[in-house]
Amino acid sequence: MTPELGSAVLWVAAALALYGAGAAASGAATGRVALIASAQHAALAVFALVTTAFLLLVYAFLTFDFSVLYVARQTNLNTPFYFRITGVWGALEGSIVLWSWMLALYTLILVIRHRSQRDLYPWALSVMLGILCFFLLVMTIPAPPFERLTPVPADGRGLNPLLEDTGMITHPVALYLGFTGFTVPFAFALAALIAGRVGDTWITVTRRWTIVAWYFLSLGLLIGGWWSYHVLGWGGYWAWDPVENAAVMPWLTGTAFLHSVMIQERRRMLKLWNISLVLLTFGLTIFGTFLTRSGVIASVHSFTQGSIGVFFLAFLALVLLTGFGLLAWRWPLLRADGELDSVLSRESAFLLNNVFLVAIAFTVFFGTVFPLLSEAARGVKISVGAPFFNRVNVPLFLALIFMMGVGPLIAWRRASVDNLKRNFLWPVLAGIAAAAFLTALGVRSTLAVLALAFTAFTGGTIALDVWRATRARARTGLALVPAVTSLVLRHNRRYGGFTIHLGILVIAVGVTGSQAWSRQTEMTLRRGESVELAGYQVRFDGLAATREGTHDKVMGTFTVVGRRGQTTVMHPSKKFYPQEQSPIAGVDYRIGLKEDLYLVLGDFARDGSQATVKAQVNRLVSWIWIGGGILTLGALLAILPSRK
Amino acid sequence: MNPRLKFIGGGAAIALALGYMIYAGVTQSAVYFITPSELQAAPIPGKAYRLGGMVAAGSLRWDAPAVELSFRLTDGKGSIPVRHRGTPPDLFGEGRGAVVEGSWTPEGYFKATLIMAKHSEEYRAPHGETPPSRYQNLIKTLEKDTRAP
Repeated sequence: MTPELGSAVLWVAAALALYGAGAAASGAATGRVALIASAQHAALAVFALVTTAFLLLVYAFLTFDFSVLYVARQTNLNTPFYFRITGVWGALEGSIVLWSWMLALYTLILVIRHRSQRDLYPWALSVMLGILCFFLLVMTIPAPPFERLTPVPADGRGLNPLLEDTGMITHPVALYLGFTGFTVPFAFALAALIAGRVGDTWITVTRRWTIVAWYFLSLGLLIGGWWSYHVLGWGGYWAWDPVENAAVMPWLTGTAFLHSVMIQERRRMLKLWNISLVLLTFGLTIFGTFLTRSGVIASVHSFTQGSIGVFFLAFLALVLLTGFGLLAWRWPLLRADGELDSVLSRESAFLLNNVFLVAIAFTVFFGTVFPLLSEAARGVKISVGAPFFNRVNVPLFLALIFMMGVGPLIAWRRASVDNLKRNFLWPVLAGIAAAAFLTALGVRSTLAVLALAFTAFTGGTIALDVWRATRARARTGLALVPAVTSLVLRHNRRYGGFTIHLGILVIAVGVTGSQAWSRQTEMTLRRGESVELAGYQVRFDGLAATREGTHDKVMGTFTVVGRRGQTTVMHPSKKFYPQEQSPIAGVDYRIGLKEDLYLVLGDFARDGSQATVKAQVNRLVSWIWIGGGILTLGALLAILPSRK
Repeated sequence: MNPRLKFIGGGAAIALALGYMIYAGVTQSAVYFITPSELQAAPIPGKAYRLGGMVAAGSLRWDAPAVELSFRLTDGKGSIPVRHRGTPPDLFGEGRGAVVEGSWTPEGYFKATLIMAKHSEEYRAPHGETPPSRYQNLIKTLEKDTRAP
């Protein structure tokens, strides 16, 4: 009964969303308040219905309702309570349910926060409900979460073991909140274009919503990196995989928008560019969904395997055509009121930052769809992997770090020599000193030296700005701590931005260190034998088999002796799941500020006499997680309402 | 000089540089996706390939002291001997799909630098003979759905 109820609820929700979109649009066009009020009621009802559908699916998971195909695929009787909840969004159908629920939630917040706003809000509500209707239709036709399975099996297949991780609750939730969050700026951009009011209102509303979405997307990407690092057993956090690329592209264009929007606020320029970035960012979230859900990535022929790809592609085409069509229609309204005065100005620094961000997004896009392009053009399947992305993007990222130092301090309109000297003399010296110091230490990698020198330069600009502003406040008689606190809280947007930049710099140090200085080895050891890696002695002491909740486990015991004689016992393992034919690695790691020790158990002799181990010393990886923490704090600070 | 001209010139220079970087990146890191029978037909030593197929039953050897894995990758029409230094990744095994990246050696085997195992509920270990159509489906799935490790 529950599955039928769930399907019915989704159909009703789709119909109501469609009605609400139409009512809001005609209300906006005719100015009839009753229609808009009716659309609002529809939005509330849709939220209630999608919540119900979501809870019904959770209920099906919790009660092991294997008559539902999706439940039978994602769980079995051994799946613990916690993973039965996270398993709800562990695959295609459920992920769309979660997605739609978040979209309905954002629509609800939109109604609550903006309903008194009269010229843009009704159109924005219409767009939100229209998009929501599309996702609800996806659940009713190509990806039904409540589809029945007959005959009903006695047990389900079980969750993919790699998803049995606490990261499964935070990673998809944060990522989807980010993805779906970009729908609101898109809705307001369309509303501004339709209503012909491309002035300040939409920019102010959109900027705040973009920071919210950006915050969640950043969090999702970081947790994804952490999950990859501590679960997948290859010792990395980013692989330029199509799925990762799909998530990072809207992040890049969203970041570009958050910067270029400041030029519009201050100088009334780049109006066209800003709307384009918002349209593009939303388009990329849909493209990402299309890429990851349709399986199109290497073969156009896979369209025949399911209709979901066609759905998303058609929707993407509709979104882009509508967006850019409206943009072309409103072209005359989007002329800049100001002009760029000089190449040496904050405007052009921000413009350059945008060019680099969009260039990286384009490179990622190009590399991701390259197999499709090469097959269409030449009939051969060629892919470009991590080497391509690194080769093209690393220089662009370095340039971005440099611009991150220049942008916030250089003068508006036209920077004088005095202004440049005043703001950049010390940071440049800091950068040069860092480069000299690293070279003296014997660092041979040019890229590492450059990356860290740029980081020092940009860190110097942040320090200089904070120091100056604090000193100015301290002169008015404030003590140091209150001076800094009041500075940061009063100008929370600026210092939130600086905090985010600081987080990025710390991440840059982590990425540089882990790429340049990590070491690894792979050896088969007999019991009692050891291998040396970067000053550590890793000794194999034996194997033991144990049984855990959902799986059996073969656990190795390795004693690791560090450079100063400190010893640690580590237990990398292999986990055997009944639903899987081959084992999954259980990584063991010790995390430190300077380096992580990371062990993965490979093959082993059944009598425990020998085992193959992959040992890694990963340098500075923790800085990535610390920088991520700083970055999210900065984003929260920037979201706070201003206290001016 | 007029600032507008400077901006147009700067923009063009950046676009050209980016175009060149992408072009150079593609030519230097392009990897061709081929099947074992295609490689058998025209093996070119040293060229980077992504080879996709199924690990042939009974072909998997694991030399623990040398940490070397060897197996044959087949697409039903041809098969290629592959060697790889390192332990097999999770979900790797006989009768399952895998994509290996590396190059053909003059010594007559494919030297893999990277193994990507294919995990999918559609491709359980086959019982008995595998019909060629299954291989074709497998290879299609491999091409689109292999994740780097």
